[in-house]
Amino acid sequence: MRALLIRDLRLALRAGGGFGLGLAFFLIVVVLVPFSVGPQAALLTRIAPGVLWLGALLACLLSLDRMLAVDWEDGALDLLATSPLPLEGVLAVKAVAHWITTGLPLVVAAPALGVLLNLAPGGYGVLVLSLALGTPALSMIGAFGAALTVGIKRGGLLLSLLVLPLYVPTLIFGAEAARRGAEGLDPSTPLLFLAGITAGVLACMPFAAGAVLRVNLR
Amino acid sequence: MELRVSDLAVGRGGVPVLAGLSFALSAGTALVLRGPNGSGKTTLLRTVAGLQEPMAGTVAGAEDRIAYAAHADGLKAALSVAENLQFWAAVFGQSDIATALAAFDLAGLVDRPAGQLSAGQKRRLGLARLMVTQRPVWVLDEPTVSLDAASVALFAQAVRAHLAAGGSALMATHIELGVEGQVLDVTPYRTQALDVPMADEAFL
Amino acid sequence: MSLWEYANPVKFLGLSERLLPWLWALAAVCLLVGLTWGFFLTPDDFRQGSTVKIIYLHVPSALMAINAWFMMLVASLIWIVRRHHVSALAARAAAPVGIVMTLIALLTGAIWGQPMWGTYWAWDPRLTSFLILFLFYLGYVALWEAIEDPDTAADLTSILCLVGSVFAVLSRYAVNFWNQGLHQGASLSLDKEENVADVFYFPLLVCIAGFVLLFLALVLYRTGTEIRVRRTAALRARAARIVAPEGGLDA
Repeated sequence: MRALLIRDLRLALRAGGGFGLGLAFFLIVVVLVPFSVGPQAALLTRIAPGVLWLGALLACLLSLDRMLAVDWEDGALDLLATSPLPLEGVLAVKAVAHWITTGLPLVVAAPALGVLLNLAPGGYGVLVLSLALGTPALSMIGAFGAALTVGIKRGGLLLSLLVLPLYVPTLIFGAEAARRGAEGLDPSTPLLFLAGITAGVLACMPFAAGAVLRVNLR
Repeated sequence: MELRVSDLAVGRGGVPVLAGLSFALSAGTALVLRGPNGSGKTTLLRTVAGLQEPMAGTVAGAEDRIAYAAHADGLKAALSVAENLQFWAAVFGQSDIATALAAFDLAGLVDRPAGQLSAGQKRRLGLARLMVTQRPVWVLDEPTVSLDAASVALFAQAVRAHLAAGGSALMATHIELGVEGQVLDVTPYRTQALDVPMADEAFL
Repeated sequence: MSLWEYANPVKFLGLSERLLPWLWALAAVCLLVGLTWGFFLTPDDFRQGSTVKIIYLHVPSALMAINAWFMMLVASLIWIVRRHHVSALAARAAAPVGIVMTLIALLTGAIWGQPMWGTYWAWDPRLTSFLILFLFYLGYVALWEAIEDPDTAADLTSILCLVGSVFAVLSRYAVNFWNQGLHQGASLSLDKEENVADVFYFPLLVCIAGFVLLFLALVLYRTGTEIRVRRTAALRARAARIVAPEGGLDA
């Protein structure tokens, strides 16, 4: 399992691996927001937590369809399925690799982008905390979506359609926590809900994803 | 322990392709499957490897003992030859890749990214993967595609060494490898597939 | 004689053919009586005026939108556990009906909302939940359409339905947490104290019965269509095997 994680990270970091694309996308979304709603500082401060959460979510979504598609196309998924690794474990590792290469950079970059959106000074800590708690769930739910659509040609759009509704609870609690943090309110309730969802997703989703991948490999 | 296939029926998309297959593969032996294109050899091998369910019959003695190689080698273009092999060795809980590199004449290419290899070299790397798994039963689908005569000889030698060490091999191939073993022509098992109900039988 | 006998597609077709005329007729009668009664024979509400009468469409369709998903969930579970083809096909057949019910509920809600709240749309928890339910329906149907092999599609959509149900419930609570909302409380409950007045209540019950019957008829009818499609495909596959057993099946 560790070998798989190291391989996936290595592949992401080498040329053509697409590392950093999600981050660049996040940056562009955040830069485009003031162009579309206007540069008033007060307005940006108000919407900053939500925009940062939405941008991070979309950046996560962007790279999901490559999570399994490459291994599917070159036959590695068949070979992994006949290896001693359980498919559930393979998918969990894939989600972890996706989070490290996509989610984690977003968490780290979010405060810098918060400056661009004039985020309230008190909101940075909670923003980072909420993203760090929420993005692992986004990656794991994404692994389920990728496993569902792996056999479908041009499944990328379908993947978004299937995964986005599943992202709703994470987005609501994550953005709500970030908003409360920025407005100086107590964010602990939504943060606890968010942590609960992430824990539940990490515990259960690998099994659902493994089941659908097994069906798709048949 | 041997691989035993009894009264197996395999199919694609719910339609049986082959039926009534029975054979046993004991340690140190090879079985070559023959049959025209589209006769169901790939489906049979995928079923034996456990990637799909049999429509009828059983496959015994395959659990955690099979190394499967198909048309696609599962190689990563961005990783070097050594990294590719080390990865599969680690997945199968092994660490030795030198033997496999030597057997398939890849020692000179260890640091080359797999993406820069020729088709034949890639194929050799894909077959070297079988050796690093240390699994006793090789299940091979057209292993010699895009190999030149010298590479085919290397492969035949590797299979012979594998059999001599107590392994076994089940392979679908059209060419004569010069490996001792039985030959099973799947063609007669196709026509009888009509006896096996389709998955959609309930609708008839 | 067990209930599971009707899991056989041919038996199911026979039963549904006998039931369908009755269901269609009963649904038509209930809807006609319920809607006529509700629209023309009940007084206007003293606060809401005649706009209140849209509940005869709004409440039944909203109920059926949720129950259709629930039925799909049960059918998916039966498919996963017992692998009865009829069950998977019934789930597939129910989804578009559920989508239409959700749309009717959303549209009638918007039409009702305009005079009542002064806006067609508000991000009220109930409305938002229905919108999310609508998205779940869309994804479910899209996945069915995208996969060629029917058994693979049935397996994948069933698991999506299970996972989706969990997340739909989570979303419901998340949305409640997110915005407390201005939607009125339940129109119907067993606790009579909170109920709408009897004069609206009885025609509403008739309308709900009509929608339930209409839903059952539509699902039975559509399941029958799906079964016939599969039957045609199975017959074709068999014919191909008999005519050309050596033919070019992809290995």
